Amino acid sequence: MEQILSLAKKAAEEAEVFEISSEETRVRFEANKLKQLQTRQQTTVALRIIKNGKTGYATSTEIGDGTGLVNAAVETAEFGTTAAFQLPGPTEYPSVNIYDDAVNSVSAREMVALGEEMITALTGHTPELICEGSVGRSVINVSIINSRGGQAAYRKSFFGLDIEGSLIEDTDILFVADSQNSCHPLAETSTVTTEVLRQLDLAKKRATVPSKSMPVVFTPNGIASGLLLPLMSAFNGKTVLEGASPIGNKQGKLVFDKKFNLHDDPTLVYRPGSRPCDDEGVSSRRTPLAENGVIVEFLYDLQTGALAGKQSTGNGSRSRGGLPSPSATAFTIAPGDTAYDDIIKDIKEGLLIDFLMGASQGNVLGGDFSGNVLLGFKIENGEVVGRVKDTMVSGNIYRALKDITAIGSQARWVGSSLLTPPIYLPSIAVASKG
Amino acid sequence: MPDIEAIASELAVELKKYQADYLEAHLEEGQTSHIAYRGKELDSIGRSTAVGGNVRALVKGGWGFTSFNNLEGLSDRIAQAVEQARSASSGKSSLFPMKPVTDNIPAGVDVNPVTIPLSEKKQQLDEYKEIIWRTPQIQTSTINYSDSRRKVIYLNSAGSHIVQERADVSLLILAIAAKDGEVQQAFLSIGSRGDFNAVRNLHDKVETKARHAVEALAAPQAKGGEYTVVVDPMLAGVFAHEAFGHLSESDFVYENERLREIMKLGKQFGGKHLNIVDSAALPGYRGSYKYDDEGTPSAKNYLIKEGKLVGRLHSRETAMKMNEPLTGNARAINYRYPPIVRMTNTYIESGEVSFEDMIADIKEGIYAKDCFGGTTAMEMFTFSAEEAYMIRDGKIAETLRPVVLTGNVFNTLANIDAIGNDLYIHDGAGGCGKGEQMPLPVSTGGPHIRIQKCLIGGS
Repeated sequence: MEQILSLAKKAAEEAEVFEISSEETRVRFEANKLKQLQTRQQTTVALRIIKNGKTGYATSTEIGDGTGLVNAAVETAEFGTTAAFQLPGPTEYPSVNIYDDAVNSVSAREMVALGEEMITALTGHTPELICEGSVGRSVINVSIINSRGGQAAYRKSFFGLDIEGSLIEDTDILFVADSQNSCHPLAETSTVTTEVLRQLDLAKKRATVPSKSMPVVFTPNGIASGLLLPLMSAFNGKTVLEGASPIGNKQGKLVFDKKFNLHDDPTLVYRPGSRPCDDEGVSSRRTPLAENGVIVEFLYDLQTGALAGKQSTGNGSRSRGGLPSPSATAFTIAPGDTAYDDIIKDIKEGLLIDFLMGASQGNVLGGDFSGNVLLGFKIENGEVVGRVKDTMVSGNIYRALKDITAIGSQARWVGSSLLTPPIYLPSIAVASKG
Repeated sequence: MPDIEAIASELAVELKKYQADYLEAHLEEGQTSHIAYRGKELDSIGRSTAVGGNVRALVKGGWGFTSFNNLEGLSDRIAQAVEQARSASSGKSSLFPMKPVTDNIPAGVDVNPVTIPLSEKKQQLDEYKEIIWRTPQIQTSTINYSDSRRKVIYLNSAGSHIVQERADVSLLILAIAAKDGEVQQAFLSIGSRGDFNAVRNLHDKVETKARHAVEALAAPQAKGGEYTVVVDPMLAGVFAHEAFGHLSESDFVYENERLREIMKLGKQFGGKHLNIVDSAALPGYRGSYKYDDEGTPSAKNYLIKEGKLVGRLHSRETAMKMNEPLTGNARAINYRYPPIVRMTNTYIESGEVSFEDMIADIKEGIYAKDCFGGTTAMEMFTFSAEEAYMIRDGKIAETLRPVVLTGNVFNTLANIDAIGNDLYIHDGAGGCGKGEQMPLPVSTGGPHIRIQKCLIGGS
């Protein structure tokens, strides 16, 4: 890395070298049986330079090819964007615990046993269920050095359990699924299987809903599949800078219901979305996005922040080896004060949504969501009475989240990017074949 | 850049030294370049190079897979994959037998798109950007251009040695219109098998898209419910791929007794006019190739012929387990992933009905065009049309906001009651996603088709 940096410093005013490497082991199950063991090793090195005030960029999988990287970066700098930012100098980073060495000592045999335990728990309940699943662990190393003396390095561990089941009757197919992950090894498969068993129990009976507007409860999985993407897009500083975010000019204004509190938090310990600094070496921090329904801040990286006249919020992320861009790390929606059971009891006729398919294909920027209720249930007179099919819901998050009837008192992680309780909305358009 | 052909020759010898029912390796090297605009400003421009490989082993029905981009110590990688396969083994291996193949397939393009100067590519994109920005009420736009050239070497323990090169070009333009807090968007998605000319001279198309985004701002939303829907070739192609094609991927089916019953060959799914094909052998499209990633030659495969289910897509393992012919559909997006059963170029064949006749007797219906995307969960599908119009008394009437179509594939196939005579196969910029592997280059197509009783989401 140092060698690439010193070569680059000769060719440009400023330079930054970013290196990420990972080792992953995963066991995969198919049709209730162990199918494959796999390991993956990957290293990528990225060079960003500022030459004549412009940004150049190149990546490679070969650490050794410094000259090739510098040449490619110099070529792109000729057309690059004008760099409005300064690379961070030496920085004291917050301590965010995200590495547990115990992840490395989980053997493939133990991972197979965890997968089998999940499948046994589910097929013991529903023998016809066909499960696919995986148990994975990995270690990721990130290092960043730049020409201003900035340097950062951290190591992160990851452990994940995934299971999904399908149950087929005639031409009807029921999908159930859950996953959990952590930087610690996960030894308790019940955190995942209890959720899937809940879905299976609720889906035993069938129900129909009429086509009309009705109260809807989104579970944490339902929020992730239906509402998360438009929110992430709206709070992205880049969308705001372009004027394409519907809330871009509403900082300090009440946009959502007063019960709605949203943060981006990369500092939660032992969470896979956490990190001491972002991919540009800027310190991580918890950023308030909406508090009591009022828009507080947006998410920025160095360049976008500089163009917007703001500080980076430590949200510069590189995906697929690209240039840094603002990106959410982990969205957290604060729990409310209503127990889940009380939410259900409150509804005379409504819909409980666990998974919305295709919701993010529409006009995400405008806040629209419209999708098929792949897993959802009818609520009738305060009880969940059965699974609905051939049903669509449509709405817009700005209208929908302006008036929230209640927020659940218990939050749950969905993957590594969302921690949320269930949300109860008074009226969403439902279309159904009945 | 390491010489992967030299490494391959050594690796081919090593593969034969290990005890496994089957061993294969892929070595890959490639270059890409990309240019991205967000708004008026250039957002990102860059070049990248990558090299890597994998080894996959099959022992008594269990698979081991290891991928890497450090190409040293490859015999240890083989040993590791074999050991993993052994740990996963629990029965007997089943793999369709194949004779070893030696072949070398060039990329088939006159000019490697990666080598075209960035200045020339940027000039072309700047022209499109100008067109979008001079359209009134356009709030912003994004333009993503990328190209790549890859060489992949496939080796197996039976002695196959196949070198295939390919080049890809893709361009995705998004125009975003906004007024009074309302936001609407329109996409242009163009891909090509390595020919940069495919993304030249798109000025008129870019202008039409930008205007449509603006027009949709003032358009009403469709009222949710069941309609007679006519879809254009782009959307018909997405339907063939998303709604039906994924069900034809045998890895979903082969170990699932009940799904095997639903997808029994010979079953009638639609009218006699309905034919659905997947063909990597159709030359020149993004889903085209001569050999898949298990070294199986590609072929034109009918999935539905005259309304009947007649075939499905296979890897060597699924073909053997289901006792059906090989189709050559085992594909991986790159060396980091094992090959799985995937589609290639999927399309509905032309019928006989003209577009005018198709809409002539529709009193109130919806005409849906183009596509933001689609997803599927076995029998249920949703896809998002980008443009939508009411059909009233046999004529295209007012513009609607984009609509989402959803339904059950079995009912919908049976509800197709007219198939147009205007087949068009589209190479898009993106690709198909399955599991963690995305985007895989595919193309989709069809003629205009008419679907009765199709559910549309709306107010």
